[in-house]
Amino acid sequence: MIHFLTHDAGDDVGVAVVDLEAGMSCTGRNLSDNKSLTAKTVEAIPLGHKIALRDFAVGDSVTKYGCVIGKVVQPIRAGQHVHIHNLKTKRWA
Amino acid sequence: MAQRKVWAYRRENGRVGVRNHVVILPVDDISNAACEAVANNIKGTLALPHAYGRLQFGEDLDLFFRTMIGTGSNPNVAAVIVIGIEQGWTKRIVDGIAATGKPVTGFSIEGKGDIRTIADASYKAKEYSQWASELQRTECDLSELYISVKCGESDTTTGLSSCPTVGNLIDKHCAQGGTASFGETSELTGAEHIVAAKAANDAVRKQFFEAFEDYTKLVFNQKKDDLSESQPTKGNIAGGLTTIEEKALGNVEKLGKKTKFVGCLKPAEAPADKGLWFMDTSSAAAEAVTLWAASGAVIHLFPTGQGNVIGNPIEPVIKLSGNPKTVATMTEHIDLDVSKILQGEMTLDQAGDALIEMVVRTANGRLTAAEALGHREFVMTKLYRSA
Repeated sequence: MIHFLTHDAGDDVGVAVVDLEAGMSCTGRNLSDNKSLTAKTVEAIPLGHKIALRDFAVGDSVTKYGCVIGKVVQPIRAGQHVHIHNLKTKRWA
Repeated sequence: MAQRKVWAYRRENGRVGVRNHVVILPVDDISNAACEAVANNIKGTLALPHAYGRLQFGEDLDLFFRTMIGTGSNPNVAAVIVIGIEQGWTKRIVDGIAATGKPVTGFSIEGKGDIRTIADASYKAKEYSQWASELQRTECDLSELYISVKCGESDTTTGLSSCPTVGNLIDKHCAQGGTASFGETSELTGAEHIVAAKAANDAVRKQFFEAFEDYTKLVFNQKKDDLSESQPTKGNIAGGLTTIEEKALGNVEKLGKKTKFVGCLKPAEAPADKGLWFMDTSSAAAEAVTLWAASGAVIHLFPTGQGNVIGNPIEPVIKLSGNPKTVATMTEHIDLDVSKILQGEMTLDQAGDALIEMVVRTANGRLTAAEALGHREFVMTKLYRSA
């Protein structure tokens, strides 16, 4: 069972492809090189939502598809849910 | 690779359509009632009521005529009745559609009233409906179909599965000499460098950036905040998309891996040649698909994550989704399920081939989910206030 996917080897967030519960040991796969990944959730993350694959400080950039998708506005720990509460657009701001 | 064949309608100008509509087209908002009455009188006809066509001017008026004439000229349309309040703009639209060689007649209401106009137009509509009913499908190449692509109610699964599935089809269709178009100018924000890198040459790249920067300026001039309430949409956010950049990067997966785009189109402008084209469109689904239908596209591919239900009256909209929850809960809206991609149980190449099969079946006559459900969103794009 694959729990999360990443698009690019440089991505620091994964996408849950099933609903993830808190404290789950997860198996992931990177789509560009097919490599296996592991992560442990610290909170529940619904299907389609992002899991942090590293710790982030406020002001850090988040990378997905090998591209920057926004800036961190609240500290994030590896395994946490990354969404509108801790990540903001760098555009139109 | 040998050309796939489809059974489709070859029109007077050689263009290939997959539907055989007789359209009753209002020139303006106040002619909607007469058009709907004719469509009610005569079976096998389709009225396309809309909200505009009065006191428009400048570029907005040009877009209006392009949309009206383009809709009537679409190869999915066999014949057209045009009804307007006055003769001038009615004739301009009739003449534009007549250039395709298909049957078209205009009627105007002033000096006659609705009832006599409806009666006159109904006689002609009956003639067209019966004539069209005897037209036969002929064998055509799949590559003769002009396909448009746009996603809606996207989530992270669209970028992982349904959008790259469309991209796989685009690569295969364009390699065979097919024509296709993508757009959604505002939803390329954050991935514009990827789109620019796919331009066939510097002139095309420059044209793309001009359209993109125009839209960016519009957003900046009108916005009151960072658009977090509109882009991504509430549905996008529920599906896990956080920022416009993330949404755009999933969106551009539809462009394929190998295909370069050969030119930029104004809204509702028909491509002059084969290949992939960028069209400057809104990202709102019904508006954008209406523009592509007016540019002559005959099948639209619509990846969705959270479950957009859009359809178009003349251009069949094929929906595909890779979100297993949406596929299960909104099954009546989804034509193709590509959710197995998420577990690695289906490759993008297999998904692309499955989508080609669905395009062939749709071209041959299979009703899409949106057609069966009666989704006929015909939404004209308006650039600014009327005079």
